[in-house]
Amino acid sequence: MQIICKINDREYIQEIAPDLLLIDLLRELGFLSLKRGCDTANCGLCTIWLDDKPILSCSVLAARVDGRKVTTIEGLEEEAAFFAGFMADEGADQCGFCSPGLVMNVLAMGKELANPTPDDIKQYLSGNLCRCTGYAGQMRAIVKFLKRKKKGGRK
Amino acid sequence: MFELKKYCAVQSLDQADEMLHADKKNVILGGLLWMKMSRKKYNTGIDLSRLGLDGIKDTGNFIEIGCMTSLRQMEISPILEDYFGLLIKDSVAHIVGVQFRNLATIGGSVYSKFGFSDILTALMILDAQVHLHRAGLVPLEDFLEMPPRRDILVNILIPKKKMAASYQSHRMTATDFPVLNAAVGCRKGRWKIALGARPGRAKSAKKTAALLTAAPDEDQVRKVCDTVVEELAFGSNARGSRDYRKAIAKVLVKRGIEAVCR
Repeated sequence: MQIICKINDREYIQEIAPDLLLIDLLRELGFLSLKRGCDTANCGLCTIWLDDKPILSCSVLAARVDGRKVTTIEGLEEEAAFFAGFMADEGADQCGFCSPGLVMNVLAMGKELANPTPDDIKQYLSGNLCRCTGYAGQMRAIVKFLKRKKKGGRK
Repeated sequence: MFELKKYCAVQSLDQADEMLHADKKNVILGGLLWMKMSRKKYNTGIDLSRLGLDGIKDTGNFIEIGCMTSLRQMEISPILEDYFGLLIKDSVAHIVGVQFRNLATIGGSVYSKFGFSDILTALMILDAQVHLHRAGLVPLEDFLEMPPRRDILVNILIPKKKMAASYQSHRMTATDFPVLNAAVGCRKGRWKIALGARPGRAKSAKKTAALLTAAPDEDQVRKVCDTVVEELAFGSNARGSRDYRKAIAKVLVKRGIEAVCR
């Protein structure tokens, strides 16, 4: 079957199998930032935006995105790089495998929540697992990033 | 992962109904989060997501929640919070993560009658009804006891009556399945108590709830906690033993009553 969708503002017309998952379509098209980190829809590594909402691309049929808008970290380069700076400053990354999924959800949170408390942040990001760290560096980076953003820093 | 030979985004409920009954191997697609865990082979996946059934509406006497509404939509719904406080929000907030709840649908959650369900327990104390395409309106409580049937769950209807309510759950880690969950509510001095993940599916503790007065004292609460574990059945599984669940049930019900009284 055929679908037409927008990925990072570019139109794609794709011939797909009815049971193809979005994660596999996106990786086939070269968007390799998103990973399959688990088999149970629990890790958050495959997080992308569908119509601007964060979702797990491992659990959506590609057929369902016909006519819709998909955003991956490759389409948010500037914003993602800005946040990545805060992560680097706090030494938050270790292996980095989970970072693209986390970044997608942090940026979604930045758009959705006005003044999140540390508990709100933890709640919003509880579906993003990292097996290297204890999340402390990420929390510091996220708090500083949101503060700067509020003050009208870049993005 | 399951297999699908065909996918169809239907144009009407009647079309979906026709397809569902044309072939035993056709299936209605919900949020797919649970379905994805199976290795079943289906013929046609019937998608209801283009029918505008993904919203929460005020219909006058009821709050109508379309089957394709996501758990996240319910979590942040102003009307649900206005009528039932934090009950709905607290019942879904611990389910995996925002990205998961943006996909998981209320139709899939209710139709599947999962024992571990959080939202079913919350809906139990709200006198919710289920609108099935063929069977019509069925009280949620009856629906849960009905043998499995092939039908389409179209909407969930909740009577628009405010209730002071609280949702409590115990989990081994923050985003895991609940070991046990409880919903407690009080409307005009009449209490409702439901427990889920016993590990069996959500059930109301009607006799126990009837013991509570509008402003229960400590003795009354203690008695209710002792009674609730006799009224409902508890069992053991990998997450906890029957006795452990009974001990936890008393704590959750007590916390629920205290939260409602506050």
